[in-house]
Amino acid sequence: MSVTVRIPTILRTYTGGRAEVSADGANLGEVIADLEKNHTGIAARVLDDQGKLRRFVNVYVNDDDVRFEQGLETATPDGAGVSIIPAVAGG
Amino acid sequence: MAVQTVDSTTDTAASTPSAASPVDLGPAAALSCRECGHRVPLGPVFACEECFGPLEIAYDFSAYDTEELRKRIEAGPANIWRYAPLLPVPADVATKPNINPGWTKLVKADNLARELGVEAGKLFVKDDSGNPTHSFKDRVVAQALEAARAFGFTTLSCSSTGNLAGAVGAAAARAGFRSCVFIPHDLEQGKVVMAAVYGGELVGIEGNYDDVNRFCSELIGDPAGEGWGFVNVNLRPYYAEGSKTLAYEICEQLGWELPEQIVVPIASGSQLTKIDKGLQELIKLGLVEDKPYKIFGAQAEGCSPVSTAYKAGHDVVRPQKPDTIAKSLAIGNPADGPYVLDIARRTGGAVEDVTDEQVVDAIKLLARTEGIFAETAGGVTVGVTKKLVDSGLLDPSKTTVVLNTGDGLKTLDAVAGTGLTATIRPNLDSFREAGLA
Repeated sequence: MSVTVRIPTILRTYTGGRAEVSADGANLGEVIADLEKNHTGIAARVLDDQGKLRRFVNVYVNDDDVRFEQGLETATPDGAGVSIIPAVAGG
Repeated sequence: MAVQTVDSTTDTAASTPSAASPVDLGPAAALSCRECGHRVPLGPVFACEECFGPLEIAYDFSAYDTEELRKRIEAGPANIWRYAPLLPVPADVATKPNINPGWTKLVKADNLARELGVEAGKLFVKDDSGNPTHSFKDRVVAQALEAARAFGFTTLSCSSTGNLAGAVGAAAARAGFRSCVFIPHDLEQGKVVMAAVYGGELVGIEGNYDDVNRFCSELIGDPAGEGWGFVNVNLRPYYAEGSKTLAYEICEQLGWELPEQIVVPIASGSQLTKIDKGLQELIKLGLVEDKPYKIFGAQAEGCSPVSTAYKAGHDVVRPQKPDTIAKSLAIGNPADGPYVLDIARRTGGAVEDVTDEQVVDAIKLLARTEGIFAETAGGVTVGVTKKLVDSGLLDPSKTTVVLNTGDGLKTLDAVAGTGLTATIRPNLDSFREAGLA
């Protein structure tokens, strides 16, 4: 499954400045693993030492916050948009 | 006495501002990650590049003498700029066009105390409806405006549940900035009008606040949002510091004493964490005696991710889909939620929630006992205060400050059933017949 991943400004050093990149994977965990293959170092910024999403990272698959879905197991259908966003905004 | 460097985010000394951070933001020395301590120069950034944690201002207060600082503060002005030496603003901030909020009333609330079973003389309401746009948001926006000026922005923006939209619109108008703010499309009409009247662009988003917030976070990384100062996104480290002034004012108005208990509403949790930061700074600076204090957080049951986590003993906050009349607190994914849990537990406070019905009852209770008309967020804090007293978590013999963060005129719908006692003919007989004599 090929998806488009929106990259936040603070991670664009890993994507050569690109705001959007493509990645493959049937679920979010696989998409992040594929991102890591092509943009080494990015996974450690998004995941903690236990391999879970860091608590100050929000990830959306299309319009759904994956914390309301199945987390890293959330399905990423072909053509889906994945957004990685810092959680410390707002209020 | 000379005071030590105060750095609320880490134990390491603040770096020299001029070396790494050429902007003049007074005692602000650098940005420091609250999670991992990673430091970066002052700039319009908000999340740590190492761990995504929130960046906070680290200060260098090492030059201050306690008594000189106290005299300088007491000399005014009668707004938040009396505390300029403790804020990320230039020393001449009071001369710049800004909305100059703060120094709102601390009302001794003996009538409310009697109703709640609190000892006379011990209960106070910090009434922030007295700010220029009638909510505490003027405090944080005034800070963000100074940061926007320092970083060369000319457009102010934000995601808002309503109060912030008005504060941004007003501050932008005063300073000659463009404003373009984003709100959920279904906000209370009063808040929409009070934001739109300042003439900036006001955009309704089809979704709840968390959707609006997500949109703004994406816009900031897009060329379309380039050059914009989003007060609660890329200027958030500066903006959030404005809430410290609530702590400063409360202590100064209590005669440079810490309140023993304080009840604070929780939306993102930023206000509560910065009130704690402000109290800690006053202690470290020697401006107040170091005594225990408890911080209590207040939420509406229909959006209670932090109180749910608190009661379950969790240290992470699971997001919720908000459904409450307290729309200014309806943030289902609160950015500072985990820190609120830490602070409530560290200080011996608690986090509690009340139903919408209890919110309305509390608005009416505060209005009829103290003549203060609070918006729904104020109903939440008063309602939670009542619940905390009833449950024994809040000590009725200790000095307690309850925050009212906004004006009831913004949320008239909440008390829409309130109206005429009677309609009579214009004569005395009719007056008597109505039982009014």
